[in-house]
Formats: sequence, structure tokens, C-alpha cells
Amino acid sequence: MKEITVISGKGGTGKTTFTANLASLLDNLVLGDCDVDAPNLHLLLNPVNKSKETYRGAKLAIKNQNRCIDCGKCYDYCRYNAITADDFQVNNLKCEGCGVCVEVCPTKALKLESIETGSLYQAESKFGDMIHARLIPGADTSGKLVSEVKKKASEIANRKNKDWILIDGSPGIGCPVIASLSGSDMAILVTEPTLSGFSDLKRVIEVVKHFKIPAGLVINKYDLNEEISEKIKSYCRKEDIDLLTKIPYSRIIVESLKRGELFVDNDQDLRKRMLKVKSHLTKIMEVE
Amino acid sequence: MSQELSLSILSGKGGTGKTTLAVNLALALDNVQLLDADVEEPNDYLFVSPKIGEKEKESVMRLIPEVNDEKCTACRKCVDFCEYNALAMMLDKVLIFEEVCHSCGGCKIVCPENAITEKEKELGKLYHDSLDNLDFWQGELNPGEEKAVPVIEKLKTKIDHDKKVIIDSPPGTTCPTIEAIIDTDFTIVVTEPSTFGLHDLKMVVEMLNNLDQDFAVIINRSESDADYLIEDYCQENGINILLKIPFSRKIAELYSNGNPFVYELEGWEEKFKTLYRDIIEEALNNERNNSN
Repeated sequence: MKEITVISGKGGTGKTTFTANLASLLDNLVLGDCDVDAPNLHLLLNPVNKSKETYRGAKLAIKNQNRCIDCGKCYDYCRYNAITADDFQVNNLKCEGCGVCVEVCPTKALKLESIETGSLYQAESKFGDMIHARLIPGADTSGKLVSEVKKKASEIANRKNKDWILIDGSPGIGCPVIASLSGSDMAILVTEPTLSGFSDLKRVIEVVKHFKIPAGLVINKYDLNEEISEKIKSYCRKEDIDLLTKIPYSRIIVESLKRGELFVDNDQDLRKRMLKVKSHLTKIMEVE
Repeated sequence: MSQELSLSILSGKGGTGKTTLAVNLALALDNVQLLDADVEEPNDYLFVSPKIGEKEKESVMRLIPEVNDEKCTACRKCVDFCEYNALAMMLDKVLIFEEVCHSCGGCKIVCPENAITEKEKELGKLYHDSLDNLDFWQGELNPGEEKAVPVIEKLKTKIDHDKKVIIDSPPGTTCPTIEAIIDTDFTIVVTEPSTFGLHDLKMVVEMLNNLDQDFAVIINRSESDADYLIEDYCQENGINILLKIPFSRKIAELYSNGNPFVYELEGWEEKFKTLYRDIIEEALNNERNNSN
């Protein structure tokens, strides 16, 4: 079993659309949507939810006002500016649940409590089992929820003896991205030929190298700017990252998306371009 | 208002045009301070200061524990305390996983032997460039680091309220986004007329309502047969749409080369100026309604 994580650095390069279309071509797989901040994969695949779990990922410091003697130690020690300066209240948006205030409080007025930060869904799509999640907007610990999605996906993949776990990652390079990459056999980097896309790609390549994860490249909308596409290709060649496929700037993709359809079902050329990815993966990962 | 308005620009979904709006709006106005708080993937520099890497910079540091093995008695107090599993005990020796450490300082506090000290590690950088009419700051998270919030906090210390402040926020609805928008007077949410765009817009609106933050929407890649997706939702929820930027290959091509379209397409400088006046009016209206 091989785990492939699709990331992009820059948002909006077509990561989720790519993932959904690739999913339709791979056999015997489990899907995971790790873009818990803005999960979109379910909008294309319309999975049927089988079960829902409340996810209590984060801890927060909770204060018992009756015990507080206003000594201000919690304020002095908190490094996240999560204790208000005037009345020593916990700011939930800033609290990271580290427990330092609990430790330094001389009257035990503070304690850590788990709070609900999201929901985890086990679902069935027409291409196989799918795990997705939704973070409560404004909640912390998206990284932990991502790890939970991956854990569930790999449990199912193991139990059902699947060949692939395909993970839709999140944009950026920070905590949810690192969590979605962790333990993956390969990363697919979906980029677009814009200076922003290229700049973000370089940063995401630093991350995959830092964590020593092999990567492959997909250039979406490659004909929007062929000069930058070429630069991206040669940059990646130097970094030992193979080009898996190029996808054109295509009206068919936009229209397919609008109708909630997969573009591989609507155009033979686009389908061939996606099948290239499949054959690359099968070869690199030695999955029969 | 004696001081200028501070504005944050946000989107739920990445790639909807946050950078496009932030940069073009900033360039259409006078006396602006643009802060790129999308510290995981900052892109504004490509349009306003391509050589930002060579400009003035400062480090943003965080603290990482170090254990003095001679003083350590392997009592495990630090390991048990750490909520992030950043410390582990192996053969009576404490191991530290810097990547997952949140730099809270708790291990140092609980160590009864004073065996833990802290060292500084670079988390990210701030860059600065002074252009005509535009004071530009960029925050940047180092690849491999997880925590964007301290970089954004440091970036916000540079805010100059005598200028029109525009903050380009990280996409999404988690802590870095909140940090970027929370002290601004008004937020513009950029969205696109697709099912993805609408879904992520709803998440952002939920967050902004929780935060009690005033906001309005701009539709990017607007198309007459799709805009209803966003328009219907906004109408039902009493959200104003202040501007539409059309779906255009020309704009996409200009963007790909790092060219702000406000300079290239006629009439847009005036449109952005009008937009800014509308934003101020909207912000003042909200202020009035809130005080009533």
C-alpha cells in the first residue's frame, strides 16, 4: 500500500480537481481530504457519509474565577499573549493549550480541558472509502485533525487491503501541510505557470526535501505561460522531481467543474494526460 | 477618524485572487502601507518589490529547549508536561523534537533540576521596502516550520496608522488567518463563483461572524452565468458585494508575469479608488449601526 499526498503551496492551482480526477483512474484506493480548513473534495465526489465523530483535538485553559487572586503569573508566563493584561482572562483564540498557566498558578484556578474543534466523517464515494473532516471555523490544531484523517484512512486501507491512499492536502507550507505529508510515500506538487505559483512551489519543495519525501510535478494551465512552465520544469529537474503531466488551460475543465463533473470523463486528451500520472505512479511505486 | 482605515483581505479558498486585489488596490491609492501576512506563501512582492530578498530584513525567533544531560536526573517531568509530545525519554536521556515544539517554555518551568535552558531558533523573517507612495512589509515563515502566528504578530508591530493599511491575510479559517485580520477595521473577502468558492466563503463568513468582524465580498473571475451562486447567498445573508473582477485570460496572463493589471487595463485605477471609497463608507455605516 502506498500513500500519495497532493499539495500545491499556492492555493487555487487545481489540487482538488486533480485529486478527484486521479481518484477516478486509480483502482482499489482510500481517499482522505486533509484540507480540513477548506475541504472541497466532497463537492466533486459527493460521498455518502457513513459515520460522524466529534473531534476533540485542542485543549484550552479554563479559569475558575472564584479561585483567582489576580496575581498575574499566568499573564507573565504565557508566551502566546493568550491572557488579557487587565483582568487575566483566557483568550480562547490565542490559547494553545500548553498548560504553562495551569502550572504556574499558585491557587489552581486554571485547568486544561479538551474542546470540540471539528468533525470527522467516514464516507463512501464511488471510487472507494473516503475520510473527510471539517474544522470548526476559528479553531486551532488543524494539524492534529489532519493526522486523525490520515490515521483513519490508513486503518481502513490496511483492513481492506487497499493499494493506494490518496490524500488531498492543504495549501501553504505550515502545520496542516506538514501533518498531511508526514509518513507519505510520495508528494504530488500541483502548480501553475505564474510567478506566484513558481515562488510557492520552491518553498513547498524545500518542505518535502526537509522531510525527505519523494515528489512528482504536475503543471496545471501550462499553456497560460509556457516560458514559466519551462522554467518550472528545469528547476524541478535539478531538484530530481519528475514531471508527471501537464494540463492545459482549458474551458472544458472550468465547465466540468461548474457541472460537478470530472474532466477525464469529458475529454479524451485530458484523460490521456491524467492516465500518464497513473502509469508514472504505478511504475515509481511498484504497485501492480 | 483621525487615523486611516486598516483593511484586511481574505479568502476561504486559496487562489481566488487575494493577492491580485491587495496589490492592485494598494497601487491605485496614495499613502498606503501593504503588509503581506500570507507568511506561508507570500506573493505580493512579485508585483511590487521583486528583489525583496535583497532588502532590509529582520529575523523572527522562537525558543527551543536544550537539556543539560549532566544535571538531568531523567525524572520525566518535562516529558509528561509537554502537550505536544515534543520531548521523549530514551535510555534515560531526553530527546527534543524541535519541529513539534510550540516554544511554550513549560518544560523549563517544571524541571526540578534546572537542567533545561532555551536557545533561539529562527522561525521566519520580515522584509521591508519603501517605494513611492507605498510602504511594503512582508512576513515569511521558514520552510519546515509550522507556526505562522508569531511571524504575523511581529509583522503587525510594523503597522503605521497614518497610512492606509492593507493586510493580505493567509487563506482559510484557522489561527494565522484570525491573527492577520483581528485588529483591522474592515475585511474584504475575495471569492469566485464556483461551488468550491461558495463553500469556502460560507466557512469564512461563519468565522467572521464569530469574531464580530465587519466585512464585504468581492467576486473575482466573475462570469454572468455563474455569479448567482455567490449573489444569492450574499443576498440571503445581507452581505454586500462591492466589486466584480471579470474572468479574463488577459488578467491571468498579466498575473502570471507579475504585472499588476491596474496599470495595464483602462479604467481600473478609478474602479479601485471607488472601491476604497465604498469600503470606507461601508465601514462607517457599520460603525454607526454598531453604536446604535
